[in-house]
Amino acid sequence: MMPTETETRTEPMAEANASAAAPQIAEIIDAIVKAFGAERTRLMDIVQAVQQRLGWVSDEAIRAIAAALGVHAVEVEDMVSFYAFLNRAPKGRFHIRLSKTPISLMKGAAEVAQAFAQAAGVSIGGTSADGQFTVEWTSDIGMADQEPAALINGTVVTELTAADAHAIIAALGQSQTGSNPLPLFPGADAQGAALPHASVASNLAQSGPIVFRQGRRGDGMRAALTRSPESVIQEMTKAKLRGRGGAGFPTGLKWKLCRQSISAAHHVVCNADEGEPGTFKDRVLLTELPDLVFDGMTIAGYALGARHGLVYLRGEYAYLWDSLQATLQNRRRLGLLGHNVCGCEGFDFDIRLQLGAGAYICGEESSLIESLEGKRGAPRDRPPFPTDRGYLHQPTAVDNVETFACVARIMEQGADWFAGYGTRESTGTKLLSLSGDCPHPGVYEVPFGITVNELLDLVGVPDAAFVQVGGPSGQCVAPKDYGRRIAFEDLSTGGSIMVFGPGRDVLDTARQFTEFFVEESCGWCTPCRVGTTLLEKILDKILGDRGTLADIAALEALANTVMRMSRCGLGQTAANPILTTLRNFPEAYEARLRPESFLPRVTLTEALAEAIGLQGREPVAEEQRT
Amino acid sequence: MSESKFTFTIDGIEVEAEPGQTIIQACDAAGVYIPRLCHHPDLEPAGHCRVCTCRIDGRSSSACTMPAAEGMTVESDTPELNDDRRTLIEMLFVEGNHFCPSCEMSGHCELQALGYRLGLVAPTLPYLWPERELDATHPDIFIDRNRCILCSRCIRASRTVDGKSVFGFEGRGIHMRLNVDAKSLDETAIEAADKAVHVCPVGCIVIKRTGYRTPYGERAFDQAPIGSDIEAKRARGKK
Repeated sequence: MMPTETETRTEPMAEANASAAAPQIAEIIDAIVKAFGAERTRLMDIVQAVQQRLGWVSDEAIRAIAAALGVHAVEVEDMVSFYAFLNRAPKGRFHIRLSKTPISLMKGAAEVAQAFAQAAGVSIGGTSADGQFTVEWTSDIGMADQEPAALINGTVVTELTAADAHAIIAALGQSQTGSNPLPLFPGADAQGAALPHASVASNLAQSGPIVFRQGRRGDGMRAALTRSPESVIQEMTKAKLRGRGGAGFPTGLKWKLCRQSISAAHHVVCNADEGEPGTFKDRVLLTELPDLVFDGMTIAGYALGARHGLVYLRGEYAYLWDSLQATLQNRRRLGLLGHNVCGCEGFDFDIRLQLGAGAYICGEESSLIESLEGKRGAPRDRPPFPTDRGYLHQPTAVDNVETFACVARIMEQGADWFAGYGTRESTGTKLLSLSGDCPHPGVYEVPFGITVNELLDLVGVPDAAFVQVGGPSGQCVAPKDYGRRIAFEDLSTGGSIMVFGPGRDVLDTARQFTEFFVEESCGWCTPCRVGTTLLEKILDKILGDRGTLADIAALEALANTVMRMSRCGLGQTAANPILTTLRNFPEAYEARLRPESFLPRVTLTEALAEAIGLQGREPVAEEQRT
Repeated sequence: MSESKFTFTIDGIEVEAEPGQTIIQACDAAGVYIPRLCHHPDLEPAGHCRVCTCRIDGRSSSACTMPAAEGMTVESDTPELNDDRRTLIEMLFVEGNHFCPSCEMSGHCELQALGYRLGLVAPTLPYLWPERELDATHPDIFIDRNRCILCSRCIRASRTVDGKSVFGFEGRGIHMRLNVDAKSLDETAIEAADKAVHVCPVGCIVIKRTGYRTPYGERAFDQAPIGSDIEAKRARGKK
């Protein structure tokens, strides 16, 4: 019998709560671990449940989790310490995480952050003395169309202003101190208070002919189930469907390889770890058309002979959890999931949600699998590929949310219909997430092959200074290249299109993207772990007006080493903000350069400042040279 | 047929391999040295340092993790790859706090030896000067994280050979550090005889009171460059 997953994120906690009046940490944790079957692979769920119950993950909690699972504490700590959303130190009762991206900053996030910090009486990154508030920056939270945005105890608030910040802090401050150390926001504790923008706008700006066409739930699935699994895979190949996450791997081939792998079980994984800054189309898909995505996953399950589907939902999208669970539950009720799906004898399939915890790297499929197994999100070396040895070392197909939506449409309308849109190499349409200096940010469904110019016309931007296609890991495109096409064979993108108007500084943006990779490098391999930090340092020297031609050469050489030697896609693309701006905007660098053949990183004045201060004297003339 | 030996080439040299061997294992056996740091012959590969990255049929991959396959064309000893390797070694030097002249492992240290072999004269990259912790609590073993290069040899050895899991990582990215399975090392199950204590390529995990048994100048890499032992196999084979 297949397991029927009906759990919600709160049920295990509810059990734990009910088990004792004033339980000790070890008892609480024992109950949580048992609620997840004492499975080592469910460590993500276990730790998140512990954090939700206790507010943070203390050393004592780590030892208790390890003891309950029968593993070493160092292994649990290895995992917990990896994720940005797992707290190894106590945080405020209200944990405010502000999205820090070039887009949020252009929309005023710095002022909003200052306002939050001031109202809460903390410095950014700190926790207020009364333990009420923590105010921190976080990486892009998938709200580029409605920045400045923040997560408050997991709830998303968008389009914030400094005035909102004061109102929110005031309202939260008045809320009752409940038993739960991390009250949901704006849950019962905060009721009655004036809380602006406590919701996310869906922002589907333009429907297209494929993904957002009118269709009936389950139609694609029912069509698939009348055919053989092999012919379903052939249909994907015929449609020339390629992965929508950005890499563009042919879906039919991936599925064929996965199906061919002999194993006791196969797995279908939906990559909903939409972490590329500037992307939010999966958010819109999971809001508007979750059934279509689950249809696609179920079709994949049928095609691959898999009984288990997993959705890895990024931690930033925790607010979608309840509605997605309700959708899944409804599908079970309708017979679209579970035993003999749609009456198809012998086809059992169910889907479980796994919540991530703040790690961009987990969008990389092998890191995602490691995370699903309850480990730190470090990528794996390939081979073996996930189609041979993926989740639980069994054959696994990891596909993007949008890919599954396309799968369902292809089964509904046919491969030829699908391939009638787009280009020869890139069939179908693409969901693009438009943000930045454009009047109507949102998701646009457009056929592959659209030029940057056509896209800018469509969204009403006549004067873009540069366009970041594909997020930080993509390319910074200059006006001279606006004739290029959005397609796998030209400008490839998972969907992030950030528009920068006149007056925006291309190097400031490159600097912010480089900082993003420093934050999000997993640390496993040398070139990415150390290289990203060094790139940031050299870039800082140039932006600090102490760069010379030699620094440009050093920057480029280092960037190329990081690209060539890194272990996974994150590291291999981490230098792209620098490499593509060096290529497309050399004049921006040249304008910053100093004529000297060499300048040290720090001035003599800076280097001696501490010593001079300790000596309690003024610097002499010789010490003031730069 | 799948159990029979096959050949591939590295830098034009034909190498024989057995099914299941990685490129680095086959090359080691054949006496062709590929520079490496985190790889250890007695441990599962982990692919951290990337120093053994080669061009394999035109694609970059780490030789320690890539299975050898019949007819592969591997490029290793090229100016471009050696430049990148030197940069990786340099990154590890500036990431930690490495003071070779005063380090008791000078001459035994694989990081230092690779720096010499690859021609790293002086680092050109900015130093990060991190604050790193020492742990001298154990009666026989000393940890100096200033010298840690996060190669995970000790983690792997403790888990798979010693069966103790004394070590793990903590944190991520540039903040990643070597962690132990207790508040301090003396509270762990580690012993000086453990494999984990003997695989450190640098001077991070050392056994107390043994540092100067072999005088400077008489140590392994004082005598011959790193990799010479492997290359000697091929030199012998040619005779």
